[in-house]
Amino acid sequence: MTSVTDRGIYLDATGEFVDAYIVPYADAWDRAGAIPEDLLDRLSGAGLWAPFLPVTVGGQGLDMIGFGTLHEEIGRGCSSVRSLLTVHSMVAWAVQRFGDDAQRERWLPPLAAGRTLGAFCLSEPAAGSDTSAIATRAVPHGSGWRLTGVKKWITNGQRADLFLVFARLGAGTVAFLVPRGTVGVGVRPIDDMLGTRASMLAEVTFDDVELKSDALLGPSAFASGMVLTGVLDLGRYSVASGSIGIIRACLEASAAYTEQRTVGGRPLRELPLIQAKISDMVTDLRAGRLLLADAGRLKDAGDSATLMATWIAKYFTSTAAARHAAEAVQIHGANGCSPQYPVARYYRDAKVMEIIEGSTEVQRTMIAAEAYRGRVR
Amino acid sequence: MEIRQRVLGFITARFPLAELTGSEDIFSLGFVNSLFAMELVMFVEKEFGITVPNEALRIDNFRTADSIAALVQRQLSVTA
Ligand SMILES: Cc1cc2nc3c(=O)[nH]c(=O)nc-3n(C[C@H](O)[C@H](O)[C@H](O)COP(=O)(O)OP(=O)(O)OC[C@H]3O[C@@H](n4cnc5c(N)ncnc54)[C@H](O)[C@@H]3O)c2cc1C
Repeated sequence: MTSVTDRGIYLDATGEFVDAYIVPYADAWDRAGAIPEDLLDRLSGAGLWAPFLPVTVGGQGLDMIGFGTLHEEIGRGCSSVRSLLTVHSMVAWAVQRFGDDAQRERWLPPLAAGRTLGAFCLSEPAAGSDTSAIATRAVPHGSGWRLTGVKKWITNGQRADLFLVFARLGAGTVAFLVPRGTVGVGVRPIDDMLGTRASMLAEVTFDDVELKSDALLGPSAFASGMVLTGVLDLGRYSVASGSIGIIRACLEASAAYTEQRTVGGRPLRELPLIQAKISDMVTDLRAGRLLLADAGRLKDAGDSATLMATWIAKYFTSTAAARHAAEAVQIHGANGCSPQYPVARYYRDAKVMEIIEGSTEVQRTMIAAEAYRGRVR
Repeated sequence: MEIRQRVLGFITARFPLAELTGSEDIFSLGFVNSLFAMELVMFVEKEFGITVPNEALRIDNFRTADSIAALVQRQLSVTA
């Protein structure tokens, strides 16, 4: 673990990094539909790819509360960049938590340094929320396997070097680490999405891909179920953090705009109906941060209650982000619909947050089920 | 409290309707999914201050409160 002062400096530096290298360019990246290589390099230089990894492998040893703050900062600048960090973090975390010594030695240093970028491959053309419907299949072959299937909507699939792929093996589901260069791996870009347009989505195909025994992450189907639960939990935590970042960006943009825009000779900020919208943004920003901090604290304590706390934080923050981004556009009027202001991007990005890492409907189902288990934290 | 009792306590706190003995198969109760499996592993690690090594992440080690208690004992003696 880094010392507390290091941690503070690192998190402050991240805020400055976002202001200098992300905020001014995020709209252009959104239009171009890609994050440029020089920003990816800068993220490496600043140690932002997988900061929770231990210092011994090149990480920052950052705790989960700090990780949440970091992804809020990145998320207020650009949800596409935050998405790249999310899926990369999921892969790095999975290797750290479930990898054997050889896998850790091979993958953690380049993942920590950002020399190897990770992507998370679960969804398929016919399987999203219903993960039990995945059709990608592995069959034993020699001491390894052959992998065949199609993964869709893969964030950073266009650029990533290492895919964490979930596939059926017999009656169970297992997780494989598949380097992009492996024979039989194909990548087809998916462009023009509604939101997180610069997150370089792709359809990734596996056509009879031969995998050696070192590709399997987690020793059994039982462990692989946990790989999936664990990485989705981390992804959800990151998306919740990023959603808080969106609320903050909406609030900052709306506060600035309502100070200078006048109607009938008065700034918008003096209108009670505008104040109502701003007050709700301020309140939900605080509430979202508290829910996230609760989930983060439980993660740092290794407490299993973090799983439900993270569902709740993600549900609250993603729906609040979508609501406030819609209001931010409303407050900006026609300007809000134009490319001159970032709020249209926030609006499109916020909608995505309600769909990924467990849709709003799935979250509500999970949270309600908790009530009937007779134990609500 | 005995390890076995603490494990049973955790499970019945999550599923108050479960009437479980130490040798009963947790995974045959129907409500156990990978979410609960993860919760169980996290609980065991935190409660007893152990790390469950990768090779021990097998369903047989987590099938009953008795087998979990045996796993905890083994890990405690490794770290002791
Ligand atoms: C920008 C973007 C990036 C993504 N990146 C990745 C990635 O990196 N890796 C990856 O694997 N996937 C990725 N995805 C896919 C994402 O995980 C899925 O879109 C998500 O899981 C939802 O699945 P689906 O789109 O198939 O919708 P479906 O599961 O078909 O759901 C359709 C609708 O039905 C609702 N619904 C589904 N099940 C239930 C239920 N049981 N009860 C009530 N309502 C229900 C849903 O909430 C939704 O409103 C990405 C998606 C987007 C948009």
